[in-house]
Amino acid sequence: MTRMQNSVTPWLLLLPAIVLLATFTHVPAVMTLIDSLFTTPRGARPPRFIGAENYMSMLSDPVFLAALKNNAIYALGTVPLSIALSLLMAVIVNSSLRGTTLLRMSFFLPTVLPMIAVANIWLFFYTPGYGLFDQVLGLFGFQAHNWLGNQDTVLGSLMALAVWKEAGFFMIFYLAALQQLSPTLREAADLEGAGRWYFFRRVTFPLLMPTTLFVMINAVINSFRLIDHVIVMTRGGPDNASTLLLYYVYNTAFRFWNTSYAAALTMVVLVILASIAFLQFGILDRKVHYK
Amino acid sequence: MSKKMMMWLGASLLTAAALVGPARSQAAPVEISFYYPIAIGGPVTKIVDDLIARFEKDHADIKVKAVYSGTYPETLSKSLTAFKSGQPPEMAVMLSTEVFSLIDEDAIMPFEELTKTDDDKKWLSGFSDIFMINSQVNGKTWGVPFQRGTTLFFWNKDAFREVGLNPDVGPQNWEQVVETAKKLTKRDASGNVTQWGMQVPSSLTSYWLLQGYVAQNGGKIAETSGTKTYFDSPEVVEALQYWVDLAKIHKVMKPGVIEWATTPKDFFEGRTAMITTTSGNLTNIKNNAPFPFGVQILPEHKRRGAPTSGGNIYIFKGTDPKKQEAAFEFTKWLTSAAQSAEWSIKTGYIAPRNDAWETDAMKAYVKEFPGAAVAREQIPYMVPELSTYENQRVSRVIDDAIEASLTGSKTPKEALAVAQQEAERILRDYR
Repeated sequence: MTRMQNSVTPWLLLLPAIVLLATFTHVPAVMTLIDSLFTTPRGARPPRFIGAENYMSMLSDPVFLAALKNNAIYALGTVPLSIALSLLMAVIVNSSLRGTTLLRMSFFLPTVLPMIAVANIWLFFYTPGYGLFDQVLGLFGFQAHNWLGNQDTVLGSLMALAVWKEAGFFMIFYLAALQQLSPTLREAADLEGAGRWYFFRRVTFPLLMPTTLFVMINAVINSFRLIDHVIVMTRGGPDNASTLLLYYVYNTAFRFWNTSYAAALTMVVLVILASIAFLQFGILDRKVHYK
Repeated sequence: MSKKMMMWLGASLLTAAALVGPARSQAAPVEISFYYPIAIGGPVTKIVDDLIARFEKDHADIKVKAVYSGTYPETLSKSLTAFKSGQPPEMAVMLSTEVFSLIDEDAIMPFEELTKTDDDKKWLSGFSDIFMINSQVNGKTWGVPFQRGTTLFFWNKDAFREVGLNPDVGPQNWEQVVETAKKLTKRDASGNVTQWGMQVPSSLTSYWLLQGYVAQNGGKIAETSGTKTYFDSPEVVEALQYWVDLAKIHKVMKPGVIEWATTPKDFFEGRTAMITTTSGNLTNIKNNAPFPFGVQILPEHKRRGAPTSGGNIYIFKGTDPKKQEAAFEFTKWLTSAAQSAEWSIKTGYIAPRNDAWETDAMKAYVKEFPGAAVAREQIPYMVPELSTYENQRVSRVIDDAIEASLTGSKTPKEALAVAQQEAERILRDYR
């Protein structure tokens, strides 16, 4: 091979990936940044440059602040809960008893359902009066609740749905990791007289850290990305109590057609997600023990 | 091949092309796409497909591709997305109130540019005036009424009989609604409500129901010019306060935001004895209520009032002129007296033309089911629906205020003051 071939070949090999990444990630990001600095073109009126005005009005936009707060609560709630639940489910099904196959299947079932279908089913669950939850609670004498029509309970209701949907998916990863742990560790611990909880806390969980990091990144991304249930169940209401950031971006861009403000909002979401990613990879990665 | 063979081949190919060419361009029908939403119960897709099949039989040169495009806001999103990418649908059914936003986007064409013959002009002037208010801007008609409706009041006659009320007469004014609802609200031994007296849905376009109360209170929610709203005027605040008090003070209505989609079902299951809902649900309630029900125009306060609602047919700019013609043909057919009456009977929407009410089919239907004529009774009292520039955004602002008031997080006065401020900020640029 000639020297030129040596230096050109790697670039040629990378070219498809670079083209796709540039076209669908980097170029749109730059274009969005530029769009956010102009006004929205409407019919006969062309866009004009307004600089950082969109970002300024964002600070005083009550709906944006509500969306930010809601998304923070939503992420802080769903991420630890879904990780804990999926870990628990993985530990439960990580045995070769009879019936674990059926249990694994039923834990995984929420994952194969599309989010829109799940949202519609849970819309029925939450219906006041004859929805599933109110019927069950009614047996114990509780009154009907307007789960989705009440500002105090709506975000929690959506979080419950999200945890239910995601836990099965994360369980698979934990199950795979658990099955790779060497049984000699357990035997050694038994010889030393270590309790089950102590073993889990000091041996199993640290060894599962790579999976936990992966699952945590996925869970955080999902908490910003999945808004299908907001669209189907609450449309952001009541009075923006369940508006999440991406839903607000979608509404602004495609319902109100205020594309320049939506571009500004998108940049903010991008910066938030990028910082969280840096944090996770930077700080947590150092704590993870890789084999 | 030999030269002679080549010449024969060439000649025959040319002849074939000459014969097939013009014949093919004559036979190809013009294809148009028709985006339509579904906002009511019932087999609407089947009704639309039947109508299209009949239209295509009579008009062999036009093919209509009907595309169900979700709810009204979704239809607007899809149509505008298609328009912005350069391939708009030829026609679509969208909210009459979107007219200002659509003009601003330069997406639709006025019907005056398409009407040429006297018959066309007669057709255009045959629509009822009240429905044309939301369809005309600056003297031009930008959409023609297709599926229009209003709010109606329904009550459960059996429930009335149970508590000793006359089942044939519904409450006639705001005070009577409260009195009647108090008698109808049933509670069980532990104090939980098993049947509410009144239910007004508020989860979607709640501003529409507020407009009814505002009109009955002698107020106005916005100007028809599309650039000014009156959200914080005393009449509007009082109207919203009355609505909120139904749940908060009189305790005859479920607290919180109430879902539209399940309100008819709540009515059928006896969870509420009286409801307000769109006239578009009339056929649904007629077919599915397991008890005799009453239907009437909305109760009055200072006067009678109710909003109009529903969709118009819009024809998009930027499509082939032949396709625009085809779309215009289909629009005329779909909104002519016979089809208008048929659509109204099958769905429960109000026929927006007087000649539709005069057809034999409609007269027979009204005789068999007098409830169908109730919506027409309300026409003299109807007010146009809230319609402004950036309509989706402004209506979202007032919806938020109504939701905040119903859930109790703000008082109606506070919520509406905030809404008016926000609406002013949005509409300022359009004056």
